[in-house]
Amino acid sequence: MTANWQGNGGLVAATVLGLVLLLALPQIVDPVMMIELTSYVIMAILALSLGLIWGYGGILCFGQSAFFGIGAYAYAIAVINFGDSTVPLLLSIVVPGLFAALLGYFLFYARITDVYFGVITLTVTLILYKVMGATSGSQYVIGAAPLGGYNGIPAVPPLNFPGRPDVALSFDGLFYLSGLTLLAVYVGLRLMLKSRFGQVVVAIRENERRAELLGYDARFYKLATFTIGGAIAGLAGCLFANWGMFISPDVFGLAQSAQVIIWVIVGGTGTLLGPIVGCFAIQWIATKLGAQQLLNANLVLGTILIGFVLLVPKGVVPTVGDAFRRLKFRPYVAPLVEQRRVP
Amino acid sequence: MSSSDCILETRGLEKRFGGVVAIASVDFNLKQRELRCLIGPNGAGKSTFFKMLTAQLKPTTGQILFDGVDITRAQPHQVSRLGIGIKNQVPDVFNNLTVAENISVAARSRHGKARAAAKGKDVMERLGLTSLTGRLVGELAHGQRQWVELAMVVALEPKLILLDEPAAGMTADETNKTAELIREVNKSAAIVVVEHDMQFIKQIAQTVTVFHQGRVLIEDTMDKVQGNELVREVYLGKSEDD
Repeated sequence: MTANWQGNGGLVAATVLGLVLLLALPQIVDPVMMIELTSYVIMAILALSLGLIWGYGGILCFGQSAFFGIGAYAYAIAVINFGDSTVPLLLSIVVPGLFAALLGYFLFYARITDVYFGVITLTVTLILYKVMGATSGSQYVIGAAPLGGYNGIPAVPPLNFPGRPDVALSFDGLFYLSGLTLLAVYVGLRLMLKSRFGQVVVAIRENERRAELLGYDARFYKLATFTIGGAIAGLAGCLFANWGMFISPDVFGLAQSAQVIIWVIVGGTGTLLGPIVGCFAIQWIATKLGAQQLLNANLVLGTILIGFVLLVPKGVVPTVGDAFRRLKFRPYVAPLVEQRRVP
Repeated sequence: MSSSDCILETRGLEKRFGGVVAIASVDFNLKQRELRCLIGPNGAGKSTFFKMLTAQLKPTTGQILFDGVDITRAQPHQVSRLGIGIKNQVPDVFNNLTVAENISVAARSRHGKARAAAKGKDVMERLGLTSLTGRLVGELAHGQRQWVELAMVVALEPKLILLDEPAAGMTADETNKTAELIREVNKSAAIVVVEHDMQFIKQIAQTVTVFHQGRVLIEDTMDKVQGNELVREVYLGKSEDD
C-alpha cells in the first residue's frame, strides 16, 4: 500500500516537474535554442518508444526509425491530400502501428530470437530508405503528394486546430504540443507498466519460458508491446515532419537508427526516464560539437558511446538510481555487520 | 482406463534427438489427485518427459491426453491454462523481480486483482516467504528460489503439478517442509515428482514409476520397487554383460 502510494507520488512529482519545465523553458531559453529544444523533445518521444520495446519488452529492435519515418510520411502524404490535419495525425499513429503489428506478427509468431530480430528490423529500415529514395519522378505521386525520392517532400503543411485548417499551429505551439505529448506518453507508459499487462511484459523479458508456463502467450504480449512502440514512434515522426516542415528518406537511414539506440544505451534501459535523459544529453552534446571545428563530432560521440558501454553499462539513470538506493539502505547494513561479529 | 478418473495419459510417446532416443514409446497413466514419484538414473528421460507434457518440447510421435484434451501439439501457455503447473529442475524464476512480484504474476494469470492478491498472500504465508516479499529473487539462496518457484506453481491452482527435483539443494528441514506441502497440495491436485532423494520419496510415495533409457522399467509401490533386482542393477550402474 505504502509502496503503491510512493509510486504514484513519484509519478505526480514527475508530471508537475514536466509541466513546470514546459511552461518555464520558453521564458528563459532564447528562440534559436527553442528550435533545437523542440527537436530534442520530439526525439525523446522516439527514444521512449524504444525504451519501452527494448528496455521493458526485451525486444532488440534496431529499426525503430522505420516506424518514425512511416509516421512522418503518413502524415505528410495525408495532410497534403486532405488539407485538414486531424485525420493525418491519427494516420501517423495508426499506419506505423499496423505496420509494426504486421511485421511483429511474422517475427514473433515465427519465434525469431534477439539478434535475428535486430538484423531483420534494421534491414526493414534500410529497405524503406532505398524504396523511398527510388521514388523521384513525376509518376511517384500519392494523390496530390509527390514522394520526391531522396529530395523528400518539402513544404509539409503544419498541424491545425481539429477541423479548422485555417488555424495552424505556431512554432511555439509545436513546442507545447510536443512537450505535452512527451509527458502524456511518459505518464501513459508508467501507468501501463504498473498494470497487469505491464507486469507480464516485464516478466516475459525476465524469463519468457517461465511466463509461458504460467499461462501467458509471450508472442501476443511482445506483439502488443511492439505495436504500441511503433505507434508512439509514428506520432513522434508526425511531430518531426511538423518541426522541419519537410520529410526525406534520411529518417530511415542508418545514422538515425543508430542514434536512437545510443540514446537508450546512454540513458539506461529498463527505465523510462533514461531514454529521455540520454536523448537530451547526447543531442545537446552533438549540437555543441557541431558548433566547433576542433574535433570531429562523430568521433567524440563514438568515444562517449564506447565509454558508456565499458564504464556505465547500465546507463546514467539506473546507475544514479542504484547509488541513491545504496545511500538509502545504509542504516540497515550496520546492524547486520555488528551481528556477524558477535560469536 | 476410463477417461473420467484419468487426468493424464500418454500413448506411445516418443522423443528422438537426431539418432538418440530420449523417450521410447511411453504409455503413462495418472489418476485424478494421484501422487506419483518418477525415479531413474541420470539421462533416463525424466526431464524430457516433463518437458513434453508441458509443451516445452514437441514429441516425435505419440499422443498426450490431459483431462480428456489432446495436448500433443499445444503451446506451453495453452497447456498451462488447461491446468498443468511445472517446477523445472533449475530454479526457473524472474530474477530481477521481487518475491511478491513473482508470485503476483503467477496468481494474476488465473485470478482477478483482488483474488490474486489474496491467493498470493495465502501462498506466501503457507510457504514461509512473507519475510522475503520485497527481496529480489535473484539475490536469494538456491533453496529459497526453489520455494518461490513452488509458490508460483501453487498460486496457479493447477489440476496437475509436475515437480522436477523439488528438494534439490534443500536442508533436511526444508525437505520435510516440502514433503508436507506436497501432501497438502495433493488434496486438490494430481502430482508427479521427479527426485533422486530416496528418503524424500519414501516420505511421500504411493506409486513409483522407474524410467530407464527412455522406457518405463517398472511401476509399483515403493517397497516392491526397492526390492526389484532390475532397479538395483540400473541404479548401481551394473550393465547386462557384467
